[in-house]
Amino acid sequence: MSFFEVKNIVKNFGGLTAVNNVSFTVEEGEIFGLIGPNGSGKTTIFNLINRFYPLTSGEIYFQGQRIDGLPTHKICELGIGRTFQVVKPLRRMTVLENVMAGAFLHTGSIVRARAKALEVLDFCALAHRKDVEAKSLTIADRKRLEIARALATEPKLLLLDETAAGLNPKEQEEAIAIIQKIRAAGITIIIVEHVMKVIMGISNRILAINFGREIARGTPREIANHPEVIKAYLGDAYA
Amino acid sequence: MTAKSWLTPTIIAVVALVLPFLLRDPYPQHILIMILIWATLGTAWNLLGGYAGQVSFGHAAFFGLGAYSAGLLFLHLKISTWWGMLLGPFVATAVAVPIGLICFRLRGPYFALATLALGEIFRLVFTNWVKFTHGAQGILILSTFPTKLPYYYIALAIWGLAMFTLNRLINSKLGYYFVSIREDQDAAESLGIPTTRYKMYALLPSAFLAGLTGAFYMNYIAFIDPHVVFSLGDISVMVILVVMMGGVANPWGAPVGAAIYIALNEIFRAWLGSANVLAFGILVCLVILFLPNGVMGELGQIRRTAFRQKPAAAGGGQK
Amino acid sequence: MSLFGQTVICGILLGGMYALIAIGMTLIMGVMKIINLAHGALVMVGMYITYVCYKSWGLDPYIGMLIAMPALFLIGCLIQRYMINRLVEVDSILPENQVLLTVGIMLVLTELARLIFKSDYRSVTTGYSSSTFFVGDMSISIPMTVGFFIAMAFTYLLHLFLTRTDLGRSIRATAQDRNAAVYMGVNASRVTVITFGIGSALAAAGGSLLLPLFYLWPDIGHLFTAKAFIITILGGMGSTMGAIFGGLTLGIAESLGATYISMGYKDVVGLVIFLLVLLFLPGGFKSLTKR
Repeated sequence: MSFFEVKNIVKNFGGLTAVNNVSFTVEEGEIFGLIGPNGSGKTTIFNLINRFYPLTSGEIYFQGQRIDGLPTHKICELGIGRTFQVVKPLRRMTVLENVMAGAFLHTGSIVRARAKALEVLDFCALAHRKDVEAKSLTIADRKRLEIARALATEPKLLLLDETAAGLNPKEQEEAIAIIQKIRAAGITIIIVEHVMKVIMGISNRILAINFGREIARGTPREIANHPEVIKAYLGDAYA
Repeated sequence: MTAKSWLTPTIIAVVALVLPFLLRDPYPQHILIMILIWATLGTAWNLLGGYAGQVSFGHAAFFGLGAYSAGLLFLHLKISTWWGMLLGPFVATAVAVPIGLICFRLRGPYFALATLALGEIFRLVFTNWVKFTHGAQGILILSTFPTKLPYYYIALAIWGLAMFTLNRLINSKLGYYFVSIREDQDAAESLGIPTTRYKMYALLPSAFLAGLTGAFYMNYIAFIDPHVVFSLGDISVMVILVVMMGGVANPWGAPVGAAIYIALNEIFRAWLGSANVLAFGILVCLVILFLPNGVMGELGQIRRTAFRQKPAAAGGGQK
Repeated sequence: MSLFGQTVICGILLGGMYALIAIGMTLIMGVMKIINLAHGALVMVGMYITYVCYKSWGLDPYIGMLIAMPALFLIGCLIQRYMINRLVEVDSILPENQVLLTVGIMLVLTELARLIFKSDYRSVTTGYSSSTFFVGDMSISIPMTVGFFIAMAFTYLLHLFLTRTDLGRSIRATAQDRNAAVYMGVNASRVTVITFGIGSALAAAGGSLLLPLFYLWPDIGHLFTAKAFIITILGGMGSTMGAIFGGLTLGIAESLGATYISMGYKDVVGLVIFLLVLLFLPGGFKSLTKR
């Protein structure tokens, strides 16, 4: 039984097939990367795992349990957290309150939730902003808040959706550092990313997709040299 | 609890208890009671709308159900309407369950419209089902107390209950969850929050308090009819305006808004006669345009304008 | 049998005129994404203007309509420009501020009318108000028929405007994706002002066409707001075709309800349909046609 498995998933939107028969497994403790050009279906796959959209067909298993029919909040309860590509801060709550909203998953007490939230904020180096209203944060801090909030739910598997997009090089370094800290803490990660430096540098294995369908899989080095991947990103001339 | 945090509520409580004795006249006493009724109804709405972000345009349904629970006890069973204060809230809460299950599938404007439609359906049913409800004729009872004082204290107790309930709920895990749902329902779901269940946790106390207020209304005003207690414009929409003017998502939003609404309406009526509703409409427009988060929400802004302070410069520069 | 036919036809004719009012609302909803609770009040204002033209200068409502429409266009533009547009930049806790502003506007318009005209029921009786013509056994009202055809004509003109003119295309673009439209050089602010103006003018037109058929008093606005909503939801927000379909459906349902159930409960029919559509077909008729 693998830690996390996606089996032949398909998603149709009206006439458009956004995800076409994708399958992969993720081993516990690894960082699994998902790359592909814009519109290839990466975020849709996350939305399917998280059950933002129901599957058209296929199955998803987490720790041996089938999860593709469960509601979103139940999936989080089982241990899958996610961040959003277009960040969704709880705007009128402070940074601390945002993270507490995640921490309450495992406690009913405000005191314990606050303690947990402060712990997570320290981990993500965001504690200095704890009383700032989320709507006043910079984009880099918002992205970090997304991660902190998801971490507060104590996930076993974390889905990171383009956490490095829109960040300058220094901020990207900081993001990579946090992701590695998360892995070191024992959390498995699936990461969608455009910024090659980030995803190639930290992933154990990568799946490349285009037009909703797998085009290559392997280690970062294998992917970087794969003709289909090069074709997808740079066009036929470079294949 | 610091000494300071007890001071304000204690002062308010003392003033509230003593006030009717300072205003001997039944007319100002009536004004106070109406303010308390609207403050309670507003607080009930605020819990669901201001904190949990589910803006109901049909709260008159719960108010009316409370009022009619009391009235129908008298009409059909000859039991005192005061028993309605027990029955009313439970009827309203019971009806709130299917209403919530139906409407919470919808979001934003669709939710608002669905609750509006439901409120109107209740009004029409109670108006047309003449055998059961007496229809537009309404229900008339004899007042229990000859003076207003007992009514005042009961209204005060009900309002106190509402404020206490609100306070306990928003300062708990539920409060955090309500606001999370309001700010971003999808993010909330992804954090493991069962959003439909928590919306119900906001709706049920809201309906309970609205029903309680309605039952009290029956006892105090001694006459109800569907046109009044199930009214879309005068109750459902008005309670939203009241809380908006006072400040949504603020515990004092409803009481402040109620005081503004009732007091100003009386002043407008005294000065302008039948143009008072026009003045109110203009007031609503002005508040929404210039105090978008209500009086309590814009308190900082109001203080600055009143004392002509310049807003704090971001960098602290001295130009 | 002829009673049924007559009821249905009456429903269709009324429905067409309701649709004209609803088209104004669905246009506003589609472009500005706001719920305009003042829409019925705008209809009411248009009706009063037409009424005054009739009472003071003896102008037939169909002529008075040509005065009410530009008047409401102007009023609509002013409302959007100086009131609703101001709210777009404001960051309020609840997004419903815009809706409540329209409530405030509705109150102001209704009370102004009440101040001027009092709450008395007024009516306009023209030479042809109660004229009918016969199709077989069925008696059909002339003002209803004329009103229906004028409403359809306006709808067609609007369609041409939206599809054939630059301004019309800008309006549709803003409705589809405001940001994209702005990047293409559309002045979204101006578009919203004009759209509200057009929506108001259409509301006035619908009201004027209905004037020979309804009693007029300040609160009649609420009635039309409700109808416009039901139609807009039935047809799908932002869809002109949908509004026509929704209008006809509502007209027929009301007509059948009034004839076969009772006057009191006929409004419940509309509301229940409204709720069912909201719950099970939120995109309205428009979403059905896309399948």
